[in-house]
Amino acid sequence: MDFTLTPEQEELKTEARRWLADRFPLDRDFDRDDDRWDELAELGWLDVAEVGLGFVEEALLLEEMGYALYPGPYLAHVATGASGSERSSLEVGGFVYGGDEGDGEEVVSIDPARPLRRAASGNGLAETPRFRAACAAEALGVAQRALDLGVEHAKTRIQFGKPVGAYQAVAHPLAQTYTDVELSRSLAYWAAWCVAEEDERAPVAAAAAKAVATEAAVAACERSIQAHGGIGFTWEHPLHRFYKRALWLEGFGLRPAALQLEVADALLGNALLAEA
Amino acid sequence: MDLRDTPEEAQFRSELRAWLSDNLPPEKRGVRGARRFEDPFVREWSRRLNEAGYAGLTWPEEYGGAGAPYSFQAILYEELAAAQAPPHIGVIGLSMAGPTIIAHGTEEQKARYLPPLLAADEIWCQGFSEPDAGSDLAAARTRAERRGDVYAVSGQKVWSSFAHIADWCILVTQSDPEAARYHNLTYLLVDMHAPGVEVRPLRQITGEAEFNEIFFSDVEVPVENRLGDEGDGWQVAMTTLLHERATLGFALTAQLDSSVGRLLDDARERPDAPVAVRERVAREWVELQGLRYTNYRALGAYERTGIPGPEGSGVKLRWSEANQRVTKLARELLGPEGITDDGWWHHEQLRSRGNTIEAGTSEVLRNIIAERVLGLPRSR
Repeated sequence: MDFTLTPEQEELKTEARRWLADRFPLDRDFDRDDDRWDELAELGWLDVAEVGLGFVEEALLLEEMGYALYPGPYLAHVATGASGSERSSLEVGGFVYGGDEGDGEEVVSIDPARPLRRAASGNGLAETPRFRAACAAEALGVAQRALDLGVEHAKTRIQFGKPVGAYQAVAHPLAQTYTDVELSRSLAYWAAWCVAEEDERAPVAAAAAKAVATEAAVAACERSIQAHGGIGFTWEHPLHRFYKRALWLEGFGLRPAALQLEVADALLGNALLAEA
Repeated sequence: MDLRDTPEEAQFRSELRAWLSDNLPPEKRGVRGARRFEDPFVREWSRRLNEAGYAGLTWPEEYGGAGAPYSFQAILYEELAAAQAPPHIGVIGLSMAGPTIIAHGTEEQKARYLPPLLAADEIWCQGFSEPDAGSDLAAARTRAERRGDVYAVSGQKVWSSFAHIADWCILVTQSDPEAARYHNLTYLLVDMHAPGVEVRPLRQITGEAEFNEIFFSDVEVPVENRLGDEGDGWQVAMTTLLHERATLGFALTAQLDSSVGRLLDDARERPDAPVAVRERVAREWVELQGLRYTNYRALGAYERTGIPGPEGSGVKLRWSEANQRVTKLARELLGPEGITDDGWWHHEQLRSRGNTIEAGTSEVLRNIIAERVLGLPRSR
């Protein structure tokens, strides 16, 4: 039993963090984001099996993309199990992420960088553990970045002669976010491993991971905005973009409460069936 | 990354399961609270654990341990919890006194104290908290005055579990009131049967007495019973607390595992429970999995360095709050019957209020995370 990342996985994560930070810094012009999809193909990230990697590695890449707020449709690519350089679209819960006019009418998405269409066909696949585990991984990266930004601000912003992070009223919510992030990481990696290994616990692990990690990401952004004070409330600061990504991940597909009820059914038996 | 047992781990687990079914009678499963002090089986059980090599599993073989990897310790906690086995009576010795003696003790001290500790022939207690020094350990006032070959110890300690049955105490004392904070403490190993030591049980919120006050009146402690140098007590005490939190993660999660198991059983018997309650039951099971896999991740770092990281503070913090929620949720599941003392959850709910206070209050743990993990400036 070894639940740590291998040196190769650590290296992949470090490389991805560096590559993404170089190309997608937080002071970029978000209205002119180029997702550099072709470069992803060159890196081998669009066909991981080709380079001997699997879903755990895809999840680690998604985590880093959440951390950098990567604009491209890698989530759809991973969630649909695609390989190759074609851009995937993803239909879940009556909405299509990506796609074109034939897939449905465009609606205003809670995250402008994640465009949605109201599904025309209604033939969307059921939410798969792979989709949920992928969302959990990306949400984990969003939560980690919101925490890092909050901590950085709390260390450097001086009020009443001290960095604001020296005040427990500011520090303790960030400590709470840290524990949220660590538990989310554990569940997200557990779910990723279960999906990669086709373990029988994959459905319940992925439902749990998406519920916890997306909720944690939303809360992490909210606490980080509060820790930032006024600047965190501005359009200029990138926090609102992370917040919108977190809300999108939480709302695309079943929401946390419904996912937890799926877990309850798995643990306790279906309530309606038990009554019958 | 592989969550399956290695062949060695699988073998250890199956041998342990077989041993548990041979050695743990069904009627002795689930002994908890103050009952574990009174039932003579618990001491006998602790001896059996040691004879089978399960006490001090990860300790070096030269000190009576089995030299096993930490993953075996994790398996041991999981299986003991699944079997509802009573804990080893010497839990303070195993998780706190022992590792501290291994880290800071002389060879003579290791040879003298460790074997009887493992065999449950000598029970240890902890003398850290005082009436005016709870979270602020450096403010300890129990005085240790050097008189030739002995320290004369006077003062009062509180919240000491096992003190009423203990043979030895790991005691943090104030040895130099003039010295700077954090350089004024000395760590002593004190004979609880020495003249001048008095123990008074402390009746708690549950009605039972798991904890005690200890009064020291001019107790003579030989200088050779000092752990580390005079004035280094703070550093030695930090080792104790580090180990408390490191090994505690698995122990606590295992304990929560059996509570959540009981909660799920109760919920299965009540298929008409409100949907909102079912959702909360699921959330607690999910939180438990989060803690379990966080422990597994921490294990890797611990195996590499032998020193637990401050991350364990997060597990203790989340565990304590989860345990409090689980006990309340169970009473809610009972519906109108929840107002009665059902004999199990009633006790668990009241006992759980101590969880966010003992072994580092939640407030102190959040400070530790803020300062040592996140690198935020000190709040004091």
